[in-house]
Amino acid sequence: MKVLIASPLHSYVNAREVDAAGTTLREMLADLDRRYPGIRFRMVDEQDLLRKHMRFFVNGEQVFDVEHALRPTDEVQIVQALSGG
Amino acid sequence: MRRKSKNPSTKRRKPAARADRGQTKPRHNVLLVATRKGAWLFHGDKARRTWQADGPHFLGQIIHHLVLDPRDGKTLLAAASTGHLGPTIFRSTDFGRSWTEAKQPPAFAKATDGQKGRSVNHTFWLTPAHANEPGVWYAGTSPQGLFRSEDGGVTWSAFSNLNDDPQYRAWMGSEQDGTPDGPKLHSIIVDPRDPAHLYFAMSGGGVHETTDGGRNWTPMVQGMAVVDGFDAENVAFHDPHCVRLCPSNPDRLYQQNHCGIYRLDRPSRKWIRIGETMPRRVGDIGFPMVVHPRDDKVAWVLPMDGQTVWPRTSVEGRPCVYGTRNSGKTWKRLDDGFPKDQAWWTVKRQAMTADRRDPVGLYFGTTGGELWMSRSEGDGWTSIARHLPEIYAVEAADME
Repeated sequence: MKVLIASPLHSYVNAREVDAAGTTLREMLADLDRRYPGIRFRMVDEQDLLRKHMRFFVNGEQVFDVEHALRPTDEVQIVQALSGG
Repeated sequence: MRRKSKNPSTKRRKPAARADRGQTKPRHNVLLVATRKGAWLFHGDKARRTWQADGPHFLGQIIHHLVLDPRDGKTLLAAASTGHLGPTIFRSTDFGRSWTEAKQPPAFAKATDGQKGRSVNHTFWLTPAHANEPGVWYAGTSPQGLFRSEDGGVTWSAFSNLNDDPQYRAWMGSEQDGTPDGPKLHSIIVDPRDPAHLYFAMSGGGVHETTDGGRNWTPMVQGMAVVDGFDAENVAFHDPHCVRLCPSNPDRLYQQNHCGIYRLDRPSRKWIRIGETMPRRVGDIGFPMVVHPRDDKVAWVLPMDGQTVWPRTSVEGRPCVYGTRNSGKTWKRLDDGFPKDQAWWTVKRQAMTADRRDPVGLYFGTTGGELWMSRSEGDGWTSIARHLPEIYAVEAADME
């Protein structure tokens, strides 16, 4: 599936969009971390909670759970919340 | 990002030489400045009169602490996070020309089913371990956690059973029991005579000691005051801001606390409040505590306004450092060179330090992005840099 990567994470992947595999968001993040070590912990904490200023969208719908099911044709967007200063 | 990354925004310098290990006279100093928007290295000349900025490193990232390993004189660790991304630690062995991310940054254990686990918000404090333990480091986090690396900062694990100990969890309290930036474990101190003898402090949660390499910990809060109306017997109510051990006398510690300035002479376990000899209108509230590298009677503090709602600014808008040369019996105001009024500085607990030169150089950074120094142990002050981001930490490395 196609995964759009938030700009603060471009240093890991050197791309705006990458391919990843997995039947859940958890598996997709694990796949990303295998190929881009360290990237998962910047987005998901040690309790498997999505970090509060990171947002995950699947086909345009926001998801909040790492167990969210994914299909190979899904488009995932990882973005950072509009917050900060 | 386990990759090695070049930092395109960093001015290139040759790798620095070995750090001072106390055996040879240092040739120059490097200041390691951690800020809310990145890190800078300031290289001084031999006379400490001119400083060359090297940075920013990690522009836009929050750098909580930047520390040089005094055992090899070349390894830098940077505790980093951003407003959005999770925390990590970066490592450089070429003085910042390239950085590699930790493979396993400090992280709490995953909670068992039905339990609420904790998540590291950021690593706040980094301490190299004993000189006889090369590559070993300790890290203190927010919320309070104690971690150790045995491979130079590449992988980190919980140290001792502290992070999940029910009594310590009670003393640590909740997010609401810490500083506005979150509760913190800080002031990790290694006895230079014994790698198994450690201290650390928590805001909030008191000062603690182990003499057996972390198997057992004991609170050391006797003599420390707490906010009026609270029970000083309750370790949770104690808020040490910064604790320092005297390199020239490891049996002496100084502490800047939320409620005063203290000294502890071991084997006593009772802190003596030495801040009551400060001028009453200045008080003895602040964040940093700095000790002389060779004279255990000499220490410095930077008073902050701790009245009412805790402005945490220079008292009356008139910045000053106070120094003692007699173990806290008397204090001298040291403000020559500072603005005389309308200067409302805040200096965080990690943002003031000393070098090892003679006379000792003192350095501090403000949350307004100003970097100041004294070449004369506080008798005169000059500005090194202005307009930096909010300064979180300043360390001085003495280079051969």
